Amino acid sequence: MTSLPLPLKAATKLQVRDLNFYYGEFHALKNISLDIGTNMVTAFIGPSGCGKSTLLRTINRMYELYPGQRATGEILLDGKNVLSPRADLFRLRARVGMVFQKPTPFPMSIYENIAFGVRLYEKLSRSDMDDRVEWALQQAALWGEVKAKLGQSGMSLSGGQQQRLCIARAIAVKPEVVLLDEPASALDPISTLKIEELIYELKKNYTLVIVTHNMQQAARVSDYTAFMYLGDMIEFADTNSIFTNPSNKQTEDYITGRYG
Amino acid sequence: MAPRPEPSGIDWRYLRRRAVNVISLTFSVLGTLFGLFFLFWILWTTVSYGISAFDLKLFTQSTPAPGNTGGLANAIIGSLIMVGLATAIGTPIGILAGTYLAEFGRKKLLADVIRFINDILLSAPSIIVGLFIYELVVVRIGHFSALAGALALALIMLPVVIRTTEEMLRLVPNTLREAALALGAPRWKMVTGVAYRAALNGIITGVLLSIARIAGETAPLLFTALNNQFWSTDLGQPMANLPVVIFQFAMSPYKEWHTLAWAGAMLITLSVLALSIFARTLLRNARMEQ
Repeated sequence: MTSLPLPLKAATKLQVRDLNFYYGEFHALKNISLDIGTNMVTAFIGPSGCGKSTLLRTINRMYELYPGQRATGEILLDGKNVLSPRADLFRLRARVGMVFQKPTPFPMSIYENIAFGVRLYEKLSRSDMDDRVEWALQQAALWGEVKAKLGQSGMSLSGGQQQRLCIARAIAVKPEVVLLDEPASALDPISTLKIEELIYELKKNYTLVIVTHNMQQAARVSDYTAFMYLGDMIEFADTNSIFTNPSNKQTEDYITGRYG
Repeated sequence: MAPRPEPSGIDWRYLRRRAVNVISLTFSVLGTLFGLFFLFWILWTTVSYGISAFDLKLFTQSTPAPGNTGGLANAIIGSLIMVGLATAIGTPIGILAGTYLAEFGRKKLLADVIRFINDILLSAPSIIVGLFIYELVVVRIGHFSALAGALALALIMLPVVIRTTEEMLRLVPNTLREAALALGAPRWKMVTGVAYRAALNGIITGVLLSIARIAGETAPLLFTALNNQFWSTDLGQPMANLPVVIFQFAMSPYKEWHTLAWAGAMLITLSVLALSIFARTLLRNARMEQ
């Protein structure tokens, strides 16, 4: 079953077309097609194993690290297919940043955590780098908490701070799209709230795609929601209608808590 | 623990479990004590015999002719030179090979073959390595040399460094690798910038432990560096070293030589002990950070 991409009320940043994904023999994504709007938050929801993380990891070709995983179909970023073998992987990842489920600070100082990614693309003077680090930390609403201890290890921060550091690190390279893979599932409620507020702020400048287990979170932060089940895209619509008036019985059963 | 309510009658199952617990605990403690007893006996014997020759002369004078007094200066410096050279050769190659196995060669046939051969090399008797270098270097050059000794030691050290480097890099969580790659870092940058940093303490520990391993190797040096009565730092010539000096002096009939052999044994034992303690401390700190 495939739902066609809905006409978005915004410009499209990413177009997924007939995407299939395989873990070896296992067919994990089946003919997925959807559009992701510029400066919108798009959420993927669904029970464990439905393929929502897989879909997210296909957008920046993270799966390529593992032999035996492959994708067919197209993902167009501003009209260019990122899955094409000719597409530059490193430029793609510069434009599409990612934040993971578990905070992943590098074993280095807070400052160096941010500078690591920036140095891959730009040669900045010390003062320009200082500015960039401050800017990124401010974007991630972390500057106030860490400005006095930029030299300390990134691993000394609390879980919620670590996750915002990872968001700052992703933003520091100035991507256009940020992929968030259950960014708050390992965090306490207060840190989760902070991340959600941050997502709301960030969509002014970035296109965000978030995978979440938490339906309330999807309802709170996203503009569009895709419901997936066993590798199929069951329903894709604006968040309001998914949660108030789902057109598919399976979607309704899931969001009302009948399974998942 | 909260007091258990007394069962009515005798609870045989409970009694049996208690008995098994007491017996197995007793045997494991006895086993540990048995091992520790010999360890301390060896340490005690080494130190008590070695301490009598432990003075400044030990570090300033070379090995004496029979009947004369002297020290172990030439053997100490020889061991330092050869172990140092072996470390300089074995560490970079070992770390690079371990990096290949852990970071680039996963699920590749070549990596499996290297890993298999490395495991064989790891358990190969060191005398075989000595014979190998003897055939390869000593026979061709025509005489024993410190360089051949260092090569033999490097070959013994190599598999240890490869193995520990691979294992320490495997402890680095994949999420950290993905995070670096997701920023657009190329593979080598992810390895040098992030994975090495995360595994640094563990890799250093592996190198230190492998140095400890080769510091006391005697067999491979017998075939390669042999020994030298006199002070020599020429890599092309036979060179004195602690293990072989200990071997020859302990086999000799001279009392002064026996004492010096004990002093040399004590020197090696204490340095290896210090290296190991230092390495364990590093590793513990590394674990606490993770």
